[in-house]
Amino acid sequence: MVYAIIDYFCAKFLGAKFFDKELMMQVSNTIKTLLQLLILCFSLQSFAISDTEQEGTVSTKEQVDEYILHHLKDSHDFHLFSYSNDAGERKHVGFPLPVILWSNNGLATFMSSEFHHDDNGQVVVERNGSKFVKLHSKIYELDNGATSVSFDEEHHATNAHKVLDFSITKSVVGVLLVGLLMLLAFSSLAKQYGKKKIPTGFGRVLEPLVLYVRDEIARPNIGEKHYRKFTGYLLTVFFFIWILNLMGLTPFGFNVTGQIAVTACLAIFTLIIYTVSGNKDYWMHILWMPGVPVFVKPILAIIELAGAFIIKPFSLLVRLFANISAGHIVVMSLIAIMFTLKKSLGVVGATGLSLVLSFFITLIEVLVAFLQAYIFTALSALFIGMAVAEHDHEHEHDSHGHEVVDAEDVRGDFI
Amino acid sequence: MVTYNLIGAGLIVIGAGLGLGQIGGKAMEGIARQPEASGKIQTAMIIIAALLEGLAFGALFLGK
Repeated sequence: MVYAIIDYFCAKFLGAKFFDKELMMQVSNTIKTLLQLLILCFSLQSFAISDTEQEGTVSTKEQVDEYILHHLKDSHDFHLFSYSNDAGERKHVGFPLPVILWSNNGLATFMSSEFHHDDNGQVVVERNGSKFVKLHSKIYELDNGATSVSFDEEHHATNAHKVLDFSITKSVVGVLLVGLLMLLAFSSLAKQYGKKKIPTGFGRVLEPLVLYVRDEIARPNIGEKHYRKFTGYLLTVFFFIWILNLMGLTPFGFNVTGQIAVTACLAIFTLIIYTVSGNKDYWMHILWMPGVPVFVKPILAIIELAGAFIIKPFSLLVRLFANISAGHIVVMSLIAIMFTLKKSLGVVGATGLSLVLSFFITLIEVLVAFLQAYIFTALSALFIGMAVAEHDHEHEHDSHGHEVVDAEDVRGDFI
Repeated sequence: MVTYNLIGAGLIVIGAGLGLGQIGGKAMEGIARQPEASGKIQTAMIIIAALLEGLAFGALFLGK
């Protein structure tokens, strides 16, 4: 039945554009495969979470909070789910990831499985004469002579210090995976243009998206003259964020765009690009705003400098981080209704409520995943456009000699 | 204090809600007046909503 519905929509929306019957079939097949993957992901997600939060293991509010916070944080191993076996032992299913540390005694590498899922500093791993413990998802190096970690009243370690951690954590795996996927998908798309006029296979899904970013985001915001130079960056950042957002909705539990370090890094890229490519007029408008009284100019310069170097990148990074984190928290909290409301609503009632609510919120999250990628790209394009905009025309003046603000200046004012 | 944080969060959400309502409502009016400009209005609406959202999230983030 799903096939019939998809066929209908494919025929309705794509039929007008693709006159070739064979082309249409290929496109509809690709969309079918994608949809099947999506449905599979959703069902697996609820399966994975219901498996993790077994009855009796996650029941109280504190445990739910802890579980959600644990999901939001980055981790050193790739944890899929846990269960308790018949003997009451806790078993964890997942795979370890490499830990790479730069300690006082130089480089130390080992697999995260050597910590045996310990997160309280109990298990000590020794490499190159340094001892390491894992404490609240951070790796500490014990001071000389210490054999185990000791705590003060506030549960801070007293005889251990942080080390430079270059580990391949779960988020790093996510970033590398998306990088690889994008490299494969887009290099094959690019190669196809050499041979034929139109791409085939999966490239046919990607081409309209690429054109959308170019024609709807890059061109109108940056301007006809300069947009080609920046389209590459905008495309990369758009697909990077979008695919990572969607991966966050799969049962693997990636929360990469919900890590503030990742979004900060993306915002810094945008900051560097619009700062470096800013032209004379841009710096003139920041440092010595034309058309205002002299005593206002320094004040405006301070505001504009703060806007260009702090507010713009900060708003970019916080928006993406907060949206994705909030989405994850909401989805996980709604799933946790299953356990928190079990007493008052009964098993069937609580499960049904949680299922319905989390299903619809997950659908909204799919929309948010796209919207946040779009907004990040559009605002990056807008900021770059403001930096490269050319004011080659003299500002218009009305009959009294006052300057008439043009549309571009007004657009810059509210940011 | 946790309570003050929560009151602050509530105030932020009220403000952001009022702002988003204004943006959405005016955009709807604009689209109703000029349906042929709906694409442009939508883009501008989303960008302004995003800026507002950034501000609101920034405030929530700092207040946490």
